[in-house]
Amino acid sequence: MALFDHKISELRSLLHKREISVSDLVDESFKRIAEVEDKVQAFLTLDEENARRKAKELDEKLATEKEFGLLFGMPIGIKDNIVTKGLRTTCASKILYNFDPIYDATVMQRLHEADAITIGKLNMDEFAMGSSTENSGFQITRNPWDLERVPGGSSGGSAAAVAAGEVPFALGSDTGGSIRQPAAFCGVVGLKPTYGRVSRFGLVAFASSLDQIGPITRTVEDNAYLLQVIAGLDPMDSTSANVEVPDYISALTGDIKGLKIAVPKEYLGEGVSEEVRQSVLDALKVLEKLGATWEEVSLPHSKYALATYYLLASSEASANLARFDGVRYGYRTENAENLIDMYKKTRSEGFGNEVKRRIMLGTFALSSGYYDAYYKKAQKVRTLIKQDFEKVFEKYDVIIGPTTPTPAFKIGEKTSDPLTMYANDILTIPVNLAGVPGISIPCGFVNGLPVGLQIIGKHFDESTIYRVAHAFEQATDYHKQKPAL
Amino acid sequence: MSRISIEQVKHVAHLARLAITEEEAEMFTKQLDAIITFAEQLNELDTENVPPTSHVLDMKNVMREDIPTPGLPREEVLKNAPDHQDGQFRVPAILE
Repeated sequence: MALFDHKISELRSLLHKREISVSDLVDESFKRIAEVEDKVQAFLTLDEENARRKAKELDEKLATEKEFGLLFGMPIGIKDNIVTKGLRTTCASKILYNFDPIYDATVMQRLHEADAITIGKLNMDEFAMGSSTENSGFQITRNPWDLERVPGGSSGGSAAAVAAGEVPFALGSDTGGSIRQPAAFCGVVGLKPTYGRVSRFGLVAFASSLDQIGPITRTVEDNAYLLQVIAGLDPMDSTSANVEVPDYISALTGDIKGLKIAVPKEYLGEGVSEEVRQSVLDALKVLEKLGATWEEVSLPHSKYALATYYLLASSEASANLARFDGVRYGYRTENAENLIDMYKKTRSEGFGNEVKRRIMLGTFALSSGYYDAYYKKAQKVRTLIKQDFEKVFEKYDVIIGPTTPTPAFKIGEKTSDPLTMYANDILTIPVNLAGVPGISIPCGFVNGLPVGLQIIGKHFDESTIYRVAHAFEQATDYHKQKPAL
Repeated sequence: MSRISIEQVKHVAHLARLAITEEEAEMFTKQLDAIITFAEQLNELDTENVPPTSHVLDMKNVMREDIPTPGLPREEVLKNAPDHQDGQFRVPAILE
């Protein structure tokens, strides 16, 4: 049994009993990376020297101290749009190819306080824009279950690294499904917390009203450990919520008797493959056996979510990405005639096509004469989508459906047409628009590829999501399957 | 009818400070036209009396005490700059 087949709670107990050392955990990460990274290509930057030094420090602490941080000695991978002081952070974009952050994101500070160890930075779609990690400016990450297929995106490096056993856990970010979709494609557990649950300070902004950082792990319990550490109010992020952080780990009771599940008919209809549909129906049977009941409901504005999302997210992105101008950090063109020319050449040479497309769409939607027709219209439809969820949550505890319409697709299969690629996110995007939390957990396999079950909860009710996900996990063994790499 | 012309795409690229080639302008016109046409399905909905949502949580005007704290050290801030001089960011000529 590999070390990372153990949960955090088990690893903690092995450390306490001195059966393993922190250095063993870090060794395991780098050993596995040496074995499989040339196939998976999940990492953009490794931080081996610092990781080993920190491991030694913690091993000394282990010998003398009694109280340990919640993630004491745990190796973790970080998506490359979360700034890490002194450790290159690129957002997988050439425009930030050499960026060396001068401060830590709040989530990084909290991980350090909990004694976690950063192993390296993980590949993603450039600036988190994409659903396959093929938009990375540097490399293609491959799905550990089938190297010809994408790991999903935009947190594809995070999900692939966890699935491949290179790190036991990772952080990702989710704007329209970027944690849940890759978690589904790679057969791991990924949570997008409630908007405002986790500080965005130090997360390079894509769409500020939608972005959230969240954990990607092998098990639901580990996921709860990570959220416990990173959740909570942060004075550095005025959109982080002043809502008490409950004890997520104690929510994992295994008891879901009487739980009321809503299953939106729109999530099992057109566009969703028959095999995925069947996996979700089978999962619902498991939950029924555990004492839950489910009914079909409607989220009538679901079909408008994709258009709403692309207008809003691109508009916000066009403003957020204005800061990459070759003045303060990152790439600058070599041959500029004047300042405007420098901006234009720097940005054109630094950004990839998907990023340019979205900046232009957003600039158009916000431009004079089009603002009301596109941007404001989308904001109004966002209200309707949010109200759909509110109505369902008046009667039900959670909403359940598939995470993605199909399992992982082939590399290159969807790159030619942006709209085909966007359609991948129809089941995850409404959750970001409504700001509610959602998790993806493994619920089956189709032709050897993992299928993800999405569990959506009320605002700030991650505890119920975890309770349901954990109960399902205990009753099944999908999370124990590992790719043959 | 196309929703966006190649001239508009070039104008938008200029506003967004992106230099695009003629070929790219054609490609982006086609793709943006498809995306905008797709987005116009939102017009099926009557939203006359629906308020817009810009923020999902019920939060307004988050205030804090205005306490002065030191900023980031200048050397640190300049460390990532492609060009700097005398403690300032240096850029190409602004005036012709």
